[in-house]
Amino acid sequence: MSIRINKEKCVACGKCREVCPGNLIKIGVDKKAQIRHPKECWGCTSCVKECSVNAIEFFLGADIGGAGSWMLTKEEGDIRHWIIHKSDGSVKTIQINKKNSNQY
Amino acid sequence: MRTEKIETDVLIIGGGTAGCYAALTLASEAGGKRILIAEKANIRRSGCLAAGVNALNAYIIKGRTPQDYVEYAKKDAENIVREDLLLTMSEGLNRVTARLEELGLVILKNENGEYAARGNRNIKINGENIKPLLADAVRKCDNVQILNHVNMTDLLLADGRVCGAVGFHVDDSTVYEIHAGAVLCATGGAAGLYRPNNPGFSRHKMWYPPFNTGAGYAMGIQAGAEMTTFEMRFIALRCKDTIAPTGTIAQGVGAKQVNVFGQNYEKNYGITTSQRVYGTVEENRAGRGPCYLHTEGITGEQDKELLKAYLNMAPSQTLKWIEEEKNPSQKDVEIEGTEPYIVGGHTASGYWIDRERRTTLPGLYAAGDVAGGCPQKYVTGALVEGELAAKAIQKDLKESGADQGRYFAGQTAGNQAAAAIRGIYSHHLKKEPGPYSIDQVEEAMQKVMDQYAGGIGSGYRYNEKQLDLADEKITLLQKLAMDLKAEDMDDLLHIYEIKERLIVCRSLIAHLKARKETRWHSFGEHSDYPGKNKKYEKFVNSVLKDGRIQIIYRTLQKGDIEI
Repeated sequence: MSIRINKEKCVACGKCREVCPGNLIKIGVDKKAQIRHPKECWGCTSCVKECSVNAIEFFLGADIGGAGSWMLTKEEGDIRHWIIHKSDGSVKTIQINKKNSNQY
Repeated sequence: MRTEKIETDVLIIGGGTAGCYAALTLASEAGGKRILIAEKANIRRSGCLAAGVNALNAYIIKGRTPQDYVEYAKKDAENIVREDLLLTMSEGLNRVTARLEELGLVILKNENGEYAARGNRNIKINGENIKPLLADAVRKCDNVQILNHVNMTDLLLADGRVCGAVGFHVDDSTVYEIHAGAVLCATGGAAGLYRPNNPGFSRHKMWYPPFNTGAGYAMGIQAGAEMTTFEMRFIALRCKDTIAPTGTIAQGVGAKQVNVFGQNYEKNYGITTSQRVYGTVEENRAGRGPCYLHTEGITGEQDKELLKAYLNMAPSQTLKWIEEEKNPSQKDVEIEGTEPYIVGGHTASGYWIDRERRTTLPGLYAAGDVAGGCPQKYVTGALVEGELAAKAIQKDLKESGADQGRYFAGQTAGNQAAAAIRGIYSHHLKKEPGPYSIDQVEEAMQKVMDQYAGGIGSGYRYNEKQLDLADEKITLLQKLAMDLKAEDMDDLLHIYEIKERLIVCRSLIAHLKARKETRWHSFGEHSDYPGKNKKYEKFVNSVLKDGRIQIIYRTLQKGDIEI
């Protein structure tokens, strides 16, 4: 359970660093965000939601059933898209309307 | 290190659920008072609500009363509750829920426009953004100053009164010395005391925020505050591996707990919170594991709704279903008990407080997970406690005439205490590296607690001899922790997170020893005393005095308890 930060996409805005509830993200000497303690990630996805250039990828550790997929999220108005890239190259998207309550 | 001294009327330590709501309450009624929140991370996503929450678990639904909620919580905790605290909390649940809706929280309504209930006490929401909503409201208050990324470590006392706190910025090397008319402790509970379900790479994939390391308990214990019921540990029943909630599946689609033979074992053990965990532990011990929530055969529509519900609070579980290429309708969801936590929002561990949320130390108030005696408070109960503590602070500041005071003045003792604490920060930063790393001490602590103080590895069981060994080893680790080297402020934060947990561990061990019975299965499974004993129908409290933990037994009673 952790995140990867894509350095190609990172624009060093620092929003992920600001919002991480565990203070786990630092800005490196290359001025890019990096997760200093990958094992300490809680998996809350706060940083994934905050990143406006989709540079942060969320994945499950191999010890808890990770099989190579990763996930990111985009917000469009009231809709939050969760985009899951699977290891076979396929992509699955789940959309959630923020104005709708959970049914359970 | 640079020191910044700040003076404020009210210092709130921890900008989570309770802390934010206390700030909102104070800001709307304070009449020019200065309020300061010191938050270890950033109030936007800090604390328990970072990922979101998909239901409000404490609400008085139509046809029920606050007293009904008190009775439910009392039964679940086998009577070890403060009825005065539960009632004042229950009476405020619907009030704070209405306020949350005003702030923008989406709550499911039925055809009559009433909140749709889930079970007897819950309502359904879209709580993914609940923390940003609260934080945005706080940020709009002109008289609230927010210090994000400032980790408070110690309370300041002068003449027996709490007059502020000291901490440091987690990135730059600024020390904050904050002097205040009143201090509200709202830091949350303690995770990471025990070896977790996933001890390797995913060690922080746990039920409770791994960043809640018991700072509030530790600073109170060290300042001499009375604590209650640490021995009522909380163990959650969770989805295996992702440690995601099970209630959403159990209540949402009516899934029952079954063993490997498909037998529903719930009825054999009872349905209180601890009995649900205990049943699962016992089925595994008897060779009838793994245990599951029986979801096979639910509809495709229910699958879709579950996948969405988890994205709004525990996205890893949705990703797990996708990784497995099997939805819950195709495969039962495996469940397990977590490692134990100390958390006053679920069980009754925390500060011993009066009805208005004053602690036993003048000038110090407590709300939310750090406050004891009032279990099953969840999100809404923590909000109510924030509100109640804020009101007590207003009243006390007014009565003492201290609300216009200058808090630096006449506090030589407080200033000296602050200097001593700065000295300890410097010690860790300036010393030569010792033989042990921060990680090693953390692993050692979790191993001791797991093996000798009833962790997962020992089936949550312990006996007196084991508890004595645990205390001896934790005491030694406290010495090693004092010898840890911090290369930077980030290391200093991690060192303090261990020191806090070691302090909480020692109090917890003393409490486990003092309750010579097994009142709650799993939460406190004492092998020397396997049954309930009427003699222990009372509170186990503790105070640290002259370096020793003193146990105080207090009687249960209806109505207000003087503290």
